[in-house]
Amino acid sequence: MMFARRLAFRLATTAVTLVGVAVIVFVVIRVVPGNPIAMMLPPGATEADIARLRALYGFDRSIAEQFLIWAGGVLQGDFGTSITARRPVLELVLGRLPATLELATLALCIAVVLGGSLALAGARWRETRTEAAVDVTNGIGLSVPDFLWGLILILLFGVVWPLFPISGRIAPALAREFATNFYLAEAILRLRLDLLGALLAHMLLPALALALPLAAIIAQLLKQSLKETMHLDYVTLARTKGFAEGRVIRAEALPNAVLPTLTLVGVQFTFLIGGTVIIERLFSYEGLGNLAIDAVINRDLPLIQGIVIVFAGLFTLINLGVDMLYAALNPRLRRG
Amino acid sequence: MHINRRSLLKLSAATLAAGTAGLPAVAQGIDELVIAYNVTLPSWDPTVGPSAVNPTLQGLYLSVFDRFIDQNPDLTPAPGLLTEWGWTDNNTKVRMVVREGVSWHDGSPFTAEDVAWSLDRAGRDATGNPIQFIWSTLTNIRAEGNVVTADVARFEPTIFKWMYFLTGYVLPKAYYEKVGPEGFEAAPVGTGPYMVEAYERNAFVRLKANANYWGGKPAFDRVTIKFVTDAASRVAEVESGNSHVTLEMPYEEFDRLKGRAGLAGTAAPVSDIAMIFFNDIGPMLDPNVRKAAVMAVDKRAIVDRLLSGYGVPIDTLQTPEYVAFDPTITTPYDPEGAKALLAASGYSTANPVRFTIQTTRGFKPKDYEIIQAIVGLWRRVGIEAEIEVYEIAKHFELRAADQLAPAAFYNWGNSVGDPTTSTGFAMFGPSPHSVWDGADLIEKIAPLWGEADEAKRIAGWKDVDRYIAEHALVLPLFQYVQPILHDARVKVVPHASGALLPHLMSPA
Repeated sequence: MMFARRLAFRLATTAVTLVGVAVIVFVVIRVVPGNPIAMMLPPGATEADIARLRALYGFDRSIAEQFLIWAGGVLQGDFGTSITARRPVLELVLGRLPATLELATLALCIAVVLGGSLALAGARWRETRTEAAVDVTNGIGLSVPDFLWGLILILLFGVVWPLFPISGRIAPALAREFATNFYLAEAILRLRLDLLGALLAHMLLPALALALPLAAIIAQLLKQSLKETMHLDYVTLARTKGFAEGRVIRAEALPNAVLPTLTLVGVQFTFLIGGTVIIERLFSYEGLGNLAIDAVINRDLPLIQGIVIVFAGLFTLINLGVDMLYAALNPRLRRG
Repeated sequence: MHINRRSLLKLSAATLAAGTAGLPAVAQGIDELVIAYNVTLPSWDPTVGPSAVNPTLQGLYLSVFDRFIDQNPDLTPAPGLLTEWGWTDNNTKVRMVVREGVSWHDGSPFTAEDVAWSLDRAGRDATGNPIQFIWSTLTNIRAEGNVVTADVARFEPTIFKWMYFLTGYVLPKAYYEKVGPEGFEAAPVGTGPYMVEAYERNAFVRLKANANYWGGKPAFDRVTIKFVTDAASRVAEVESGNSHVTLEMPYEEFDRLKGRAGLAGTAAPVSDIAMIFFNDIGPMLDPNVRKAAVMAVDKRAIVDRLLSGYGVPIDTLQTPEYVAFDPTITTPYDPEGAKALLAASGYSTANPVRFTIQTTRGFKPKDYEIIQAIVGLWRRVGIEAEIEVYEIAKHFELRAADQLAPAAFYNWGNSVGDPTTSTGFAMFGPSPHSVWDGADLIEKIAPLWGEADEAKRIAGWKDVDRYIAEHALVLPLFQYVQPILHDARVKVVPHASGALLPHLMSPA
């Protein structure tokens, strides 16, 4: 009952959040400097030409009027038309979203595996040189931002040892092989190892750049939680029963210690998606982040609005999912 | 199938090996030319919307489409889809002869109807062509055989220059009317040297050579243009062998890499210039201040020290390739003269004249550093300028509203090389691109817009440039040099417009 009430409350706040984001974004991007009409003025344009262009793109109306027209369209699934691409915003955004989601998911998987492994190693060999090495690795992972990891990886594995492609999502010659924009999922489902390999080769470096700082955070927090749990009575009991230390950590300590990390991973996943903006640019990866930068440079207001709303919706849904998952896994919250 | 850790690791290694198998083999010949391009292509229609007037995108458009008139790498016009053009009947009509034997990429024949329709469409208000105000000067456009004629509603001396400039492209009438704007965006068809084989927005465009191209089949059968907007990533693309050609990178990187084994560099002046707008407000109303601001800038030193020598100092808004370039108009570096002029207006290093200078940071190579250097040079003579950094979007907005600071850095492109599209639009008060509103200059420029005698028109613009230089109404700085880094196995022919054109590339 409490779970259902919690879900209803979160859904209501999600809706309010999205409306708030829509209003703020709409007003802010019209107030900040950078008029899209001024950017497209050809040499020799007259005042009449400027007025004609303003009317063509609907910028001759008041902000309130523009917002009402836009909001009315959004409610009917029409996010407007991109000024630069001259395509429906929703089509552009949904076309690029899968690429970003797949990149962020791959980065999350790498971060969880890498961070989890480091945490387990640090907890298993606590207060030894191994734990010190894990701490140093975490420190490096935390102190270098994702875009710098990106540059380092490009230099190492693109230039010094050219092992991986450093731009794009897949080799142009292979792009036509896909029926959907979920390339990675499609390659796995169709068991096309050649396509999967080509995709992973392109995605590995950007995903790793995104994953390394998050892996360090996961390793730090999970190791600490594990170390605290290792002192609890039920863990000591398992140890006295003669279970090996590795099994004690994995089977007894980990299920309890993982809960705070799970919440953190949920929150950090949203940051991870935010981080794709710079990383996608660096690796020329055709995701939503790359599209967002172009939209901002070109002052493509309808496209900026669409991207921000989709990002905001995604973030709130992820947070909602993590919240619900946490409530479902935590017996105290589940039972009220 | 049982999967254990070992088999999973083996499978992962095999998968990644399969994925990296397509990496370039540097020792092999080039089957497919790969270019790392510095901008993405938002839209395929080269005649509509903001992309149509973006100079950086013209190289992509010119690979697929042809303009009415072709343009040589030195900016001079050349026969293209039109083989002859000119005014008739005392400049009240135009007559154009259309090339025969040309095919569209879909195999249909290119005709004079396509030219007439493209011109008519460009001039219609509803089409959304940003240069509509130029194209609409031609009316009653009709095709007969391979000749297109039109009436001149308003004499525009540069109309044929616009035919090899922004939005001056010929599109296929029958195909466009059949598929509509959305169909055209999805599958663009032109008469150009390459045909679009695949296009991924924000990612790449894959081109296939047009074997029937009227200008001869391009040397490379396939070209992939990857959109790599980050300069460091573009350099890494060529350095790693993933791409064969790239452009626009820091000059230091260009110098570092062009001598490397397997790589080569091409650097040639392009039609972009760096300049500082003077707005006729506050201290800029004082001619002594303006003249001193011009005389105090050592352009050669700026080019040599900040741009590694990659730049050509200029004293007017014309580069040597432009038709109205006059080498006799000079504004020499003279710091002592600048001090004397400022002293005449009551200023000195102890009591400097103060104003704001606006600049972008990172939009063009070393833009902020150049302005820092200029501010340093100004300080030595008695000008204290405060630097305000803004985004290029704000520059456009302020310029259109005539609200730029007294001084504002900008780069002006003029790939057609005509004085109307450099001095004209940059300095004519009523233009939304000009912030100098002096009536004297407006009076000098106004008669030139409709001047039918070409020699008189060019001489008139040279006079205007001399007047501007003598009165220091703008500060021209230098002409940019475009660095192109490429695989040594590729021969690159630079185009002075700045467009990187794959059909001008061939195996070295």
